[in-house]
Amino acid sequence: MTTVIIKTTTKYLAALILTFGAYIIVHGHLTPGGGFQGGAVFASGLALLIVACEGDVIRERFKKVPLSALESVGALGFLGMATLGFMGYTFFRNVIANSGFPLFGEPTPLGINPGYLNTGGTLPYMNIFVGTKVLAGLTSIILVFYLLLEVRENE
Amino acid sequence: MIEHLPALMIAVPLFGAFTTPLFKKKPRAAALWALSITAVTLCLGILLVKEVTTKGMMIYVFGASSPGLVLPSGYHVPVRIIFEVDAMGAFMALSAVLMSFIGAMYSYSHVKFETGLEKYYALLLLLEVGILGMVLTGDLFNLFVFLEIAGISGSALVGFRNYRGEASEAGLKYLIVSAVASLMVLFSIGLLYGEYGNLNMAYLSTQIGFNTVDIIALGLLFTSFAMKCGAVPTHYWVPDAYSEVPAGINPTLLVATYASLYALFRVSFSLFGKVTLTMSSVGWIMSVIGVLTMFIGVTMALVQKDVKRLMSYHAISQTGYMLLGVGVGLTVINDPAKMAAFGRDAMAGGIFHIINHIIYKSLLLMTAGALFYVTGTRNLNEMGGLARKMPYTTIAFIVGAAAISGIPPFNGFASKFLIYETSYQLNPLLAIFAMVTSILTLASFVKVFASAFLGPPVEKYENVGEVPKPMVAAMLILAALCILFGLFPNIVLNKLVYPAVDALLNLSGYQTWGGVL
Amino acid sequence: MNEVVLVNLPFIVVALLLAVGFYTIGFKRNLIKIVIGVEILEGAVNLFLIALGYVKGAYAPIYTMAPPQAENNMVLPTPQALTLTSIVIGVAVSALMLAFAVNIYRHYGTLDVIKIRRLRG
Repeated sequence: MTTVIIKTTTKYLAALILTFGAYIIVHGHLTPGGGFQGGAVFASGLALLIVACEGDVIRERFKKVPLSALESVGALGFLGMATLGFMGYTFFRNVIANSGFPLFGEPTPLGINPGYLNTGGTLPYMNIFVGTKVLAGLTSIILVFYLLLEVRENE
Repeated sequence: MIEHLPALMIAVPLFGAFTTPLFKKKPRAAALWALSITAVTLCLGILLVKEVTTKGMMIYVFGASSPGLVLPSGYHVPVRIIFEVDAMGAFMALSAVLMSFIGAMYSYSHVKFETGLEKYYALLLLLEVGILGMVLTGDLFNLFVFLEIAGISGSALVGFRNYRGEASEAGLKYLIVSAVASLMVLFSIGLLYGEYGNLNMAYLSTQIGFNTVDIIALGLLFTSFAMKCGAVPTHYWVPDAYSEVPAGINPTLLVATYASLYALFRVSFSLFGKVTLTMSSVGWIMSVIGVLTMFIGVTMALVQKDVKRLMSYHAISQTGYMLLGVGVGLTVINDPAKMAAFGRDAMAGGIFHIINHIIYKSLLLMTAGALFYVTGTRNLNEMGGLARKMPYTTIAFIVGAAAISGIPPFNGFASKFLIYETSYQLNPLLAIFAMVTSILTLASFVKVFASAFLGPPVEKYENVGEVPKPMVAAMLILAALCILFGLFPNIVLNKLVYPAVDALLNLSGYQTWGGVL
Repeated sequence: MNEVVLVNLPFIVVALLLAVGFYTIGFKRNLIKIVIGVEILEGAVNLFLIALGYVKGAYAPIYTMAPPQAENNMVLPTPQALTLTSIVIGVAVSALMLAFAVNIYRHYGTLDVIKIRRLRG
């Protein structure tokens, strides 16, 4: 399964793919994409890394990564951002947008604009949390199926 | 804070579902945590029912600056996701939260020795979220999302015992059925959206004109929801799923099935409520499907050897009663005289039967789970003489069996009697079929009782005893509810069921979001 | 004539895909193929939603760095949001279906639906 070609390409591509995934997550409120899409790109980068390594190494590495805890944290963060709306408004109310909060709280311009990263209110936070959840979830799915494959080959 | 109840009903179990996976390797803690979350949700559900039945429909607009702001200034159509809780939705929500609580309590002992319990409880709470979302929402696309959540978590729970190939088989079957059904729901949502440009059910119902596209959408919605609630031509997944799922999930899975039934009623009465003339023929279809469902379900049940499978076929057959009751109401929806004479009572019978059936079928499936817990088998021929060893389970089984066969004074009698009486006035043949089904049901439960509980004791089960206390408690609560609902049906009918029926029939109230406009 | 076909081309493809999907689910014997059938159905429904919201010659509904002529000339974003949600759900469904298929193969040693029939009656 693991060949020199895959290993060499992975060495150069993986970092690029991971960066691109992170970019899509963070710019979710400005450009196409968002938490799920970015998380999926990120997870596919990790999938490439998984494929390029031996099964034992993978198992060793991922033993220390709390994937399911990350997933829970992502989901809880998303829910927490939604709950912020209970402070005087309704569930899922975007309370941070246009409020002057230092992170993502700048006023959002209307109409066509060059895109300001520091806007969007709760949306970027939600994107980041969803991205965390999706990358953890998809990676664990890929990992499970990949390790299954290993078991079958050994039998 | 009371105006936030509809959102809290989703937020609290969702919070529970996301935190439960953190209790890795601590199954006890996960179980207790899930139990407390379901208890909190139960309290919220009771509050919600109280609020809705006393003050009328509750509206919750997500993301708006206040919960009741359906149309912000300058808008003519609703744009945000709106939860629209009328008495019918509150009624279903109450059954969902009650059954999740009972299920969590029962599971505490029932699945104690399985692995991966933190995921089990997370999925249970997620299933609860799916049901609650389906019954509370007033948005078509939201309905689809929650339908999928309930479908995915439900099928993952069906396949929970992954050391059994049969469980995976049943899970896959359930998942494919629910995936195809929900995709068809999405397709019809697309049709309606393309035509009217909105997803809010209340708004759509004012616009629907019943041209060809609408007929296709109605047909697809009707078929998909009938498929997911186990009506007859597509009932094959029900026995597999119900018999393979751990017995603690059965109550919640039953409610999930009836959440689809609720969606079917919502589509027929509210979404397409404007075109009453056509809907009365849909009512005939619904009644006939109901009769077929009850009859075919019970005849299939008679030949079963597997106790849970037998009860699952009865679940199909009982779904027929609900379809018949509400279908009879739908046939006379454009005739106020007949509606007052028997239509409203027929619908009350159908809707009352939902909660009654959920209670006694959960009870019966739990006793089956208890039998499995002590004997390790579900085959009736291998059991025998367990009545003396498990007195509480036996009592619970007798109550459940009497209730499902419609023997007074248990709750099954109350709702079945309403259905017989009213369907007789529409067409005597319908009532006769319903009664025959009831007799056959009794026959098949006498068989189960005789072969599992009576008879000579089997040597293999010399040393078995009663099941652990949480399981007994869960079963006895449900048995008590069976008797209470049977002794005082009028209270339940007046407090819960008739408001729900009136909410379904009150189309103009639904269309104006309870008078917000 | 040509014009009519071109305008309705996405919907014709949707109808074909729906037919193929239902055929695959109903008549194929391999579980993996049935899973593929469900995926084809999902693709058909997603394509349908996207095609509903499409306006010929309109721009993507994003204000960031949009050309000036895009103002008031964008395709409908709602169907795209619906499609994204449906894709996300589809990922979960397909992962779960494949996991079940793997588990079934482990216990039964086959993926043939005719032979996987322990639950019957």
